[in-house]
Amino acid sequence: MSQYYTTTDHFVLVPALMLALFGCAVLLFEVLVFPHPRQRKWLLLFVLLGLAFAGAGVWRQQNFLASQGIEELTAFGGTLTVDGFAIFFNWIFLAASLIVTLISYRYLEVEGEHHGEYYGLILLANCGMFFLATGTDLITLFIGLELMALCFYILVGFLREDRRSNEAALKYLLLGAFSSGFLVYGFSVLYGLAGSTKLRAVADALASREPWDPVVFLALATTAVGLLFKISAVPFHMWAPDAYEGAPTTVTAYLSVGSKAASFALLLRVFLMPLGAAREVWEPLLAAVAVATMTVGNLAAVTQTNIKRLLAYSSISHAGYILLGLIAGNETGIKGVLVYILVYTFMNLGAFLVVVALRRKDLLGEDLDDLAGLVYKSPGYAILMLIFLLSLAGIPPTAGFIAKYYIFLALIETRHYVLAVIGTLYVAVAIYYYFRIVRSMFLAPLADTGPLTTSFGLRLALVVTGVLTLGIGIYPEPFLGFAQTSLAR
Amino acid sequence: MTLLNLCLALPVAGFLLILAIPKENHRAIRTAALAVSLLVFGLSLGLAVRFDTSLPAYQFVTNVPWIASPAIRYHVGIDGLSLWLVILSTLLTPVGVLVSWRYIDRRVKEFYALLILMESGLIGVFVALDLFLFYVFWEVSLIPMYFLIGVWGHERRIYAAVKFFLFTMAGSVLMLAAIIYLYTQAATFDYPAILSLVAEGRLRFSPLEETLLFLGFFLAFAIKVPLFPLHTWLPDAHVEAPTAGSVILASVMLKMGTYGLLRFSLPLFPSASREHAPWIAVLAIIGIIYGALVAMVQPNMKKLVAYSSVSHLGFVVLGIFSFTQLGLDGAVYQMLNHGISTGALFVLVGFLYERRHSLEIADYGGVATPAPNLAVVFMITTLASIGLPVLNNFVGEYLVLQGTAQVNFRWTVFAAIGIILSACYMLWLYQRAFFGAAPEPVRAHVHDLSPREWSAILPLVVLMVWMGTATQTFLPPIGAANARILEHTRQNVEFHVKQRPPGAASAEVARAR
Repeated sequence: MSQYYTTTDHFVLVPALMLALFGCAVLLFEVLVFPHPRQRKWLLLFVLLGLAFAGAGVWRQQNFLASQGIEELTAFGGTLTVDGFAIFFNWIFLAASLIVTLISYRYLEVEGEHHGEYYGLILLANCGMFFLATGTDLITLFIGLELMALCFYILVGFLREDRRSNEAALKYLLLGAFSSGFLVYGFSVLYGLAGSTKLRAVADALASREPWDPVVFLALATTAVGLLFKISAVPFHMWAPDAYEGAPTTVTAYLSVGSKAASFALLLRVFLMPLGAAREVWEPLLAAVAVATMTVGNLAAVTQTNIKRLLAYSSISHAGYILLGLIAGNETGIKGVLVYILVYTFMNLGAFLVVVALRRKDLLGEDLDDLAGLVYKSPGYAILMLIFLLSLAGIPPTAGFIAKYYIFLALIETRHYVLAVIGTLYVAVAIYYYFRIVRSMFLAPLADTGPLTTSFGLRLALVVTGVLTLGIGIYPEPFLGFAQTSLAR
Repeated sequence: MTLLNLCLALPVAGFLLILAIPKENHRAIRTAALAVSLLVFGLSLGLAVRFDTSLPAYQFVTNVPWIASPAIRYHVGIDGLSLWLVILSTLLTPVGVLVSWRYIDRRVKEFYALLILMESGLIGVFVALDLFLFYVFWEVSLIPMYFLIGVWGHERRIYAAVKFFLFTMAGSVLMLAAIIYLYTQAATFDYPAILSLVAEGRLRFSPLEETLLFLGFFLAFAIKVPLFPLHTWLPDAHVEAPTAGSVILASVMLKMGTYGLLRFSLPLFPSASREHAPWIAVLAIIGIIYGALVAMVQPNMKKLVAYSSVSHLGFVVLGIFSFTQLGLDGAVYQMLNHGISTGALFVLVGFLYERRHSLEIADYGGVATPAPNLAVVFMITTLASIGLPVLNNFVGEYLVLQGTAQVNFRWTVFAAIGIILSACYMLWLYQRAFFGAAPEPVRAHVHDLSPREWSAILPLVVLMVWMGTATQTFLPPIGAANARILEHTRQNVEFHVKQRPPGAASAEVARAR
């Protein structure tokens, strides 16, 4: 094992390096080079460049793995592992960051809180996500998680003048720190069991123990609490509706998609590899959590009148569905989880994009009634929102249906019939609250005649997410193949 | 590209075409919708001409992969059962376009675009031979109808649209679970392949499994039919929908449920179907009589016709669960009859509404005086609906009754009561609306049929007489398809041979003598 920084290490680290470098550069340049508000568009260019370089790094890693025919590439003595799984998630993170960056420029101007550090924080959060998907070492994973979470604590409270935003940030910070404590405690027990922080070593150590060993259970339970908090699973979901509602809408979109996908990447890494040996212990626990998550998410969403809160509860319920795929645990199930996260990224982002467009100087644009008669005013936005909502509800021929279908298929294959039936029944409930939005947009008379806040970036992002949401539903083959290759571990 | 694929693809192309027309140009939009729907109708007639009744297999088949793993295929084809239902859908879409010509005056473009798009979904349901594809079409056809009711309906449209959507969704998600379970057992979604696995005995279900799967499918179909007591969404949806929506909903969408029962429930789960047939038949009979009684007291014309649909569809379900060739033939024939005659009733009620702007029967009276042609057409449709010989419904009802009589004569008696009741409510409606002195608003507003209205209603009237007299045009393909379905229901059914006590046997012999 080399002590030095090798070429392989560098090759693996390039995307994170680029994100961190450009992130810091944006922070510095805002003060030193582009102090004038009118020069902010140059910062935007830096962000796009950073994302492009990071994307190029991931692209080269993907090609390298494919051309060499190897499944994984480890660096830093097994601390980082680039495999199909990591590449899959990194593309999702980069796509989410790109879309959020595109829509933020105009939105922040409307909010009157346009500061360059916003973009720096987005890039740094993305850097944290990279380590969550790529890391195979407890310390690396924890640092990645904290890097991402710290950026989000700041981003959620980015509207300094807005009490709701401040309150949301504080709540998120306190509860987040609490859960991180649990997680790091669990990690420390895992280290105590294995004598190493490498996931593989931890897996070997756990495999030699009884699944019901009390120490293993202690590690499992505390780790699970920390992870379930991050994906906003019940009963650790309390922060989500408040944080989602108070945060700037663009941050809510990023939080609901990027942070959730990254946390699921971590969850999958930890539960499948080191904790995989104790499956018989955590499977019933997670099943209970998943059912509770779907129940609370779906039932609480029914009565919401604030769209951001409604989407917050809906995203809680989606976490429940994704957990179901992990509970099934066979190849279809894990593939289903990956497809679900991919699809969820685009459809959920898309739904938030429409909410972003509703915000005006004189209008909060978060109430269901603010959408009333949207189809008369801007039919394009209304139809795209309809596609996103149909997809979130899981109605064919949209992508959300394909995702849910894989989860149900996996559940039935592994004979979890009760969970499958509960899951399908909650689809009917979900349709009710998603269709409250549809009803407001299409069937209610036009309430507010003011124009939507739109920009080129927003329109572009909407078209891309809309085409993907419908396209994955109609012709899912390439995306399923992508998820399949990322499974080869 | 087969004719069938053209029938599926053309409405989608027409949908895009209508979207491309500027929204102020109402005339062009209507003309385009009419042209596309007529073209699709013409093509579907080609299906009937080139359909070969002697072939036992599905025809006009396309079978190409759609999703590789797990294998989901775009597999479509028709047999004698789906052939006429496809043509029914393509016939009623231009009728829907014509009756909406004046009636729809706001958001014209969206209306016709959705109407034409829905046609594709409806045809798809009847031709899909891959269970996954079937489910996709099943759901896709829902969404346009939600908007047709919700946007262009009457006062309580939003309530009705949501109720319609939730009822149907609640049933169909369980069907999805059942379909996926079938897949895990059969390792394919391909319907003919699954059927041959069942027929060869390579795919067998335990009684509990089969019952649950059967119920999963049955609930989705029964809500759609709608079978008593799941029918409560129907009157709301019909009353609130615009005329074209009511026509398509009654004539085609309700048939999705009965089609599903025949196509999927019976062949896939023969034992469970037979086992549950008694209580389903009882529910169907309750529906027949209940629907007719409730129809009788309705003050609202559309609600009356809606409840009469519950009654008529009861006959269809009863025929299906008689498990006799006659009963099944009658059920399918009755599906088509109901599509024609109830569709025509909704069209005519729509005409009256356009003139008088009321659906209350009390607001009418003496319509026959200012509008004699309308009255004659309504009379023919009324007579068809109550099952007068020489008109279409008689054939279907007769076959159903004959089929059920072979199984259980008591069912026949109770079902026949429904026919008498249908004469009561329909003739009473006719008497109140068309005879007597015409009040001032009726004389002022109600005029006779215009050429456009004639063109919408005349094909239906011709079909009522045609289907009532020349049944051989329609029955042979239906009979052949039903014979195959019945063949499947006899395979792999558990038999219980009971030894009778000797005394009982001799008593029976004595009775026979």
